[in-house]
Amino acid sequence: MSNSLHGRLDDVQQDAGYDQHPPRMGFFTDTSVCIGCKACEVACKEWNDVPEDGMSLSGMSYDNTQALGASTWRHVAFVEKPLHPTTTDLGLPGMGAPGWDSHENGPASAAVTLPASEDQGAESGDSGVRWLMSSDVCKHCTHAACLDVCPTGSLFRTEYGTVVVQPDICNGCGYCVPACPYGVIDVRKEDGRAFKCTLCYDRLKTGDTPACAKACPTESIQYGELDELRARADKRVDELHEKGLDVARLYGRDPEDGVGGDGAFFLLLDEPEVYGLPPDPVVTTRDLGSIWAHVGAAAGALLAIGAASFVGRRR
Amino acid sequence: MAECHPVGFQWVMEAKRKGATIFHVDPRFTRTSAVSDIHVPIRAGTDIAFLGGLVNYVLSHELDFREYVVAYTNAATIIGEAFEDTEDLDGLFSGWDPESGQYDPETWQYAGAPKAPAAGQRDPAQPAGDRAGAEDASTGHDHEKTSHGAARSEAAGSGGPSVPHRGERDETLQHPRCVFQILKRHFARYTPEMVHEICGISREQFGQVADALTKNSNRERTSAFCYAVGWTHHSVGVQNIRTASILQLLLGNIGRPGGGIMALRGHASIQGSTDIPTLFNILPGYIPMPHAAQHDSLDDFVAADAGKVGFWGNMRSYTISLLKAYWGDAATVENDFCFDYLPRITGDHSTYSTVLGQIEGRVKGYFLVGENPAVGSSNGKMQRLGLANLDWLVVRDMAMIESATFWKDGAEIATGELATDEIGTEVFFLPAASHVEKAGSFTQTQRMLQWRTKAVEPPGDARSDLQFYYELGQRIRTKLAGSTDEMDRPLLDLTWDYPTEGPLGEPDGHAVLREINGTGPDGEPLSAYTELKDDGSTSCGCWIYCGVYADGVNQAARRKPHWEQNEVALEWGWVWPANRRILYNRASADPDGKPWSERKKYVWWEASADEGRGRWTGDDVPDFIADRPPDHVPADDATGPDAIGGRDPFVMQTDGKGWLFASAGLADGPLPTHYEPPESPVHNALYRQQNNPPRKSIDHRANPLNPSYSTVFPYVFTTYRLTEHHTAGAMSRTLSYLSELQPEMFCEISPRLARQRGLTNGGWATIVTSRTAIEARVLVTERLRSLRIGDQYVEQVGLPYHWGGTGLTTGDSANDLVNLTLDPNVFIQDKVGTCDIQPGRRPRGPELVSYVDAYRVRARDDDGREPENRSDA
Amino acid sequence: MRERAMVPEPEFESYYGKQIIKTPTWKTPDVPIYLFVGGMAGASALLAEGAARSGRPGLEGVARGAAAGGAVVGTVALIHDLGRPERFLNMLRVLKVTSPLSVGSFILAPFAGLSVAAFASHVSGRVPRIGRLAGLGAAAFGPPLTTYTAALLCNTAVPAWHEGHQEMPFLFAGSGATAAGGLAMVLTPAAENGPARRMAIAGAGLELAAAQRLKHRLGMVAEPYEIGRPGLLMRTARAMTAASAVVSLVAGRNRAVSVVAGTSYVAASLITRFGVFEAGLTSARDPKYTVIPQRERLERRRAEREHEDARPAR
Ligand SMILES: Nc1nc2c(c(=O)[nH]1)N[C@H]1C(S)=C(S)[C@@H](COP(=O)(O)OP(=O)(O)OC[C@H]3O[C@@H](n4cnc5c(=O)[nH]c(N)nc54)[C@H](O)[C@@H]3O)O[C@H]1N2
Ligand SMILES: Nc1nc2c(c(=O)[nH]1)N[C@H]1C(S)=C(S)[C@@H](COP(=O)(O)OP(=O)(O)OC[C@H]3O[C@@H](n4cnc5c(=O)[nH]c(N)nc54)[C@H](O)[C@@H]3O)O[C@H]1N2
Ligand code: SF4
Ligand code: SF4
Ligand code: SF4
Ligand code: SF4
Ligand code: SF4
Ligand SMILES: [Mo]
Repeated sequence: MSNSLHGRLDDVQQDAGYDQHPPRMGFFTDTSVCIGCKACEVACKEWNDVPEDGMSLSGMSYDNTQALGASTWRHVAFVEKPLHPTTTDLGLPGMGAPGWDSHENGPASAAVTLPASEDQGAESGDSGVRWLMSSDVCKHCTHAACLDVCPTGSLFRTEYGTVVVQPDICNGCGYCVPACPYGVIDVRKEDGRAFKCTLCYDRLKTGDTPACAKACPTESIQYGELDELRARADKRVDELHEKGLDVARLYGRDPEDGVGGDGAFFLLLDEPEVYGLPPDPVVTTRDLGSIWAHVGAAAGALLAIGAASFVGRRR
Repeated sequence: MAECHPVGFQWVMEAKRKGATIFHVDPRFTRTSAVSDIHVPIRAGTDIAFLGGLVNYVLSHELDFREYVVAYTNAATIIGEAFEDTEDLDGLFSGWDPESGQYDPETWQYAGAPKAPAAGQRDPAQPAGDRAGAEDASTGHDHEKTSHGAARSEAAGSGGPSVPHRGERDETLQHPRCVFQILKRHFARYTPEMVHEICGISREQFGQVADALTKNSNRERTSAFCYAVGWTHHSVGVQNIRTASILQLLLGNIGRPGGGIMALRGHASIQGSTDIPTLFNILPGYIPMPHAAQHDSLDDFVAADAGKVGFWGNMRSYTISLLKAYWGDAATVENDFCFDYLPRITGDHSTYSTVLGQIEGRVKGYFLVGENPAVGSSNGKMQRLGLANLDWLVVRDMAMIESATFWKDGAEIATGELATDEIGTEVFFLPAASHVEKAGSFTQTQRMLQWRTKAVEPPGDARSDLQFYYELGQRIRTKLAGSTDEMDRPLLDLTWDYPTEGPLGEPDGHAVLREINGTGPDGEPLSAYTELKDDGSTSCGCWIYCGVYADGVNQAARRKPHWEQNEVALEWGWVWPANRRILYNRASADPDGKPWSERKKYVWWEASADEGRGRWTGDDVPDFIADRPPDHVPADDATGPDAIGGRDPFVMQTDGKGWLFASAGLADGPLPTHYEPPESPVHNALYRQQNNPPRKSIDHRANPLNPSYSTVFPYVFTTYRLTEHHTAGAMSRTLSYLSELQPEMFCEISPRLARQRGLTNGGWATIVTSRTAIEARVLVTERLRSLRIGDQYVEQVGLPYHWGGTGLTTGDSANDLVNLTLDPNVFIQDKVGTCDIQPGRRPRGPELVSYVDAYRVRARDDDGREPENRSDA
Repeated sequence: MRERAMVPEPEFESYYGKQIIKTPTWKTPDVPIYLFVGGMAGASALLAEGAARSGRPGLEGVARGAAAGGAVVGTVALIHDLGRPERFLNMLRVLKVTSPLSVGSFILAPFAGLSVAAFASHVSGRVPRIGRLAGLGAAAFGPPLTTYTAALLCNTAVPAWHEGHQEMPFLFAGSGATAAGGLAMVLTPAAENGPARRMAIAGAGLELAAAQRLKHRLGMVAEPYEIGRPGLLMRTARAMTAASAVVSLVAGRNRAVSVVAGTSYVAASLITRFGVFEAGLTSARDPKYTVIPQRERLERRRAEREHEDARPAR
């Protein structure tokens, strides 16, 4: 199987047939500076005219968007985690338990003693709570399963190395939906077609920054040439590590990973699955050779069964 | 700040990236806390205790920036012998008059000084009205409040009231009556233990903040405070800010780069709307509104300031130039420049007094322009009762807001307290153009004016507010044309002639800005307020804005990128006064005019071999008389700017000093003192005086208070904003992209409270106060914590206040719960109170009224028993 | 609120228990039916060709009918499942080997044409030579039609499908054979249904073996095939297939038994497709099937790396 279905691939545009092309563009989302303002979500919808995606209170912290989908191309996750003694200390602000020293201080009235077991901070104990925010988006994979499986060619690779759906060609077959290892692309029910982030293809063409990155006040979303972003991200992780934030890690940056690296990659402060990301995504077509081989073998087996069924007695 | 000022917060993140330590002091763990270094949870309404604790820490550990403090603040000033502190009087300052429920500030004055005008001089308090039922403060009981005169602090103008230029001073700071020693005694009991007991902040955490703050405040380093309505919306709102000012002055963090106290303001250009005010008690540029009983003539009016030291000494020029801007050629020396045309105030005409006036039938007509009080103002019921009792109401808004539809869908219609066919208010709804549909300037939190161009024409009948008022004026003037009635002269003599432009005939905003900037005798724009004259030869719509149109150029429209200029970026927009980015920046240099340190170099004195040619210079526009040398000592009889000494950076203050002690100008004392909010589950741990004595209560049957320490209302609630919505919601609940992000009214509670009351995440809760009950979905979150206050837990209920009855997402309004008790200085409401919370939805219809009544009866009967919220209960 | 541990053993974390990958939007019953009829039609085409060659016109007629009917029903089901049926033809714009759906379209389209032509010729007796050629062609496309649907499912991120990609084609081949054989057993006179019976028995063997292997090789990812509704479907189908196989082996020549066993084969095959389909949906909906295997994979890789790193040091 050709290497271009998996593994390292340094010039994805060339692989897609562009001989001359601009550098590969992408996102580096540094979640350590995200303030959860959701400006990215709104800017994306505003620019791309994405319809409303339902009005329901989820009960999941401040995340009422809940997931990426056909009508949500940016999604800001809010991870509320109590800092159990067992949880890794992020060095980020915890909500210190007020009055944790009240035992030594002694209660105001001697008659009343607080039960030792009942801690100040309710469930989370003295260590408090931590609130991580992270803006998720289509990863514009080097090996994009959605694109690979699309039977119509509706999904295509742009000259910037991004992955875009052409709504006029999409026939709503829905194949891209379960193919994406990140659960990004989805089919809009009322409309039947598949939609996802285009990395603002129209804006890129006019030299503009994608709407979400433009709107982000803290530069959590950084847009640029992928190579440059990767270098920047490496620096940032080192910086955070130096500050003792050992939990900082890059996600989707490694060109050797299961999807050949993401065009949109992230700096995370916890395991990917905590943010709803797969820990080790693999493009499904990595196994395509094996899949077709088995399909072929099974077809052969069926042929053999068919032939064998006619061997022997004429009854 | 991340929640409500996300764009500004990028600079905090930038600072953090550069190594700044960020503390966030908030009852809740918010998006701001999430990216701060340390979150300090605090019981709502106790910030003075916390900040006072820091003041005490600085003073008791001698960590103040002594050189700065001695030279630039009034620490050395000696206060008169008659002054008595709250420490002496158990929560009251000397001068308390229980009859009127007000202070007489006479005993707060500097020693040895001629008797200063009392703070209330411009607004003699109205006599204690029939609503005043004052009790003796020393009983520790709450005071029923009288109605006050005009807000004192603002009545004096932005320079604050006068104090004598030279009081007695003790530069060693040892004199027992010097401000420094008074301050020390006043805050001595604000120990870390006390902070813990009052605020619920652990001593470790307090220590962390105190240590970081003091270590970062010295010659080499400065610290900044950012605040918004978590500090201001309290019956002690002004004193919250005062405490921070004291702290920052002690640490030498004022007038220096990276220091200061940053008021993060609200609506776009809310700063602009105090500079050129929508407030009842000031005129443009913080010139006080004349008072009916005191200011018969221009001379009377400016008398108090005439002899003042500092730039307020030129009040006469500012006022006459303003009158010239209003009445042009009609304003002459002979007619006192039309001073008589100015309306006069007679007392408190602030928004909540006006609401009371509506309910009582004294206010007949009302304009609501860019405001939605039925949702956004405290005690929603009173707002709606007021609106329902008008003859006419004009609403100019972009959406059909609750304040325009209260007569058919307000909460009181559902409960039967109001009936549509009995409401006589005639409502006129006039669609307004939004900010993208008109050009103009915004003045933001840094006092910066930034010009905005129009993106699109307004749709349909929508028109800009400028056009509306301009045309309204024209129509009224047409109706009055030919009138000989003296009363109509002010309107007929107005200069009311702006050029118009565009398809809709919109008045040209540039012309308005030019008028505000002011013009000289030649009709050309002035370039600085120092050019204003008191002879009628100059005109200026707002003296502090003078210079925004210098050289006939709209300076507010400048957009030179930061990479083409220095860090201070003087060519981006325009900042009042005089495009000065940091006020009082003379303080960034030491008394001799040298920068305190190379690192914090900002503005300094550049001496010259050539005697008399030295100048103040630096990165910013120096906030000082450019050629006044540091060693200048003014003549004894000098007045106005001439009286400013070379070492007096606070050029708007009459003594040139930063005020640690405010001997005048404040209604509730010269020093901040911790009082419990009007509704509180705990006793004031410091004084027998439970609440801020002169706070302003609104005494109305629709505004009953929950008794303090009530077991019926055992929880504290506080209100706030969500990033996803805007204030009363008309600009966000009408938009699907924002509404879907926070689709329902909810409350935030701790897991412990959830257990206690059987509330579940995602379920419904009913929140009850003496005013009413509302319902909200529940978010159980560790971000709200049970605060241990002494031997009891205080649970806090968080309530965003954005919801109302119309729009894409609707819900009950938090403000229907909030009581009306006001800060006595500026009449701002309190955003916190006490409540009960129960699982399930609230009763509907008339049953809601009886449900709340039952609570009130229980609360009255139970007053005084031990709180059930104790952990042993 | 948070999904700390949905199952006691392997601890895993998730975002409020939300699924990571998307649930396939393919509709039931359209897609399971498509899988079934495709498999049945493909194997039937083989049966028809064998019958033609071995001179069993009865069997040939039934099998040709099954192939043609299956192709038509399958095409309808496929079009019906598309979000935008009017754009069905966009499928034939390009041929992409990376997209089994594309490849499948290029199998289904000729197969449908050929099998319908063959059946029409057989029924009408007209253009027999072309009919024969068409039949041969259909037989050639038959096995791939039966097994490509396995690639269709497996070439996704759905754990229970993707991880089973080695077995699924055989399972589908077997299941297609039982369906084709079973149908022919029901509809063909006893005298001619020997090959159908044998095909069904062999198919059953293949299918059961593949299922068994899948379960063992996949470990926890195979769980969705065992539990809940898809588990019930799979167990039922297996039991029916096995029972049919035993019965047809022992007493297949009995006409009545043949009808019962054949019906049971067909039903089992259909149920199997529903089971497989729904097991996939289940595995997509629960984040643990995505997270745990990936975590384990990461752990394995780390262990290997550590091992590698350790070597040169010695
Ligand atoms: N997205 C968004 N931005 C806005 C607005 C909006 O509605 N939406 N409104 C604008 C306006 S008009 C304004 S005035 C500003 C207001 O800006 P902010 O003052 O930031 O707004 P709030 O959320 O009301 O209050 C801030 C915080 O104060 C906390 N708080 C409550 N009580 C206390 C207390 O007693 N002490 C302390 N220390 N903290 C307390 C609340 O928990 C809250 O987190 O925001 C402006 N920006
Ligand atoms: N409980 C509680 N209550 C509070 C607060 C709190 O923290 N807690 N915060 C308080 C604060 S700080 C504020 S500022 C108030 C805000 O309260 P309000 O000012 O009453 O509420 P807004 O929704 O901001 O109202 C502004 C209205 O102006 C309209 N508008 C926008 N642009 C224009 C325009 O150009 N022209 C005209 N004519 N209309 C326009 C909008 O559609 C909107 O309806 O709420 C206060 N109330
Ligand atoms: S993340 Fe999913 S939708 Fe985006 S390019 Fe990769 S496979 Fe396609
Ligand atoms: S749904 Fe549209 S984009 Fe997705 S695979 Fe099918 S044709 Fe391609
Ligand atoms: S790049 Fe464009 S399409 Fe993609 S999330 Fe950002 S704004 Fe939306
Ligand atoms: S990524 Fe940026 S815009 Fe989006 S929520 Fe975070 S800070 Fe806001
Ligand atoms: S809404 Fe406007 S003023 Fe408020 S944070 Fe955003 S950009 Fe700034
Ligand atoms: Mo505000």
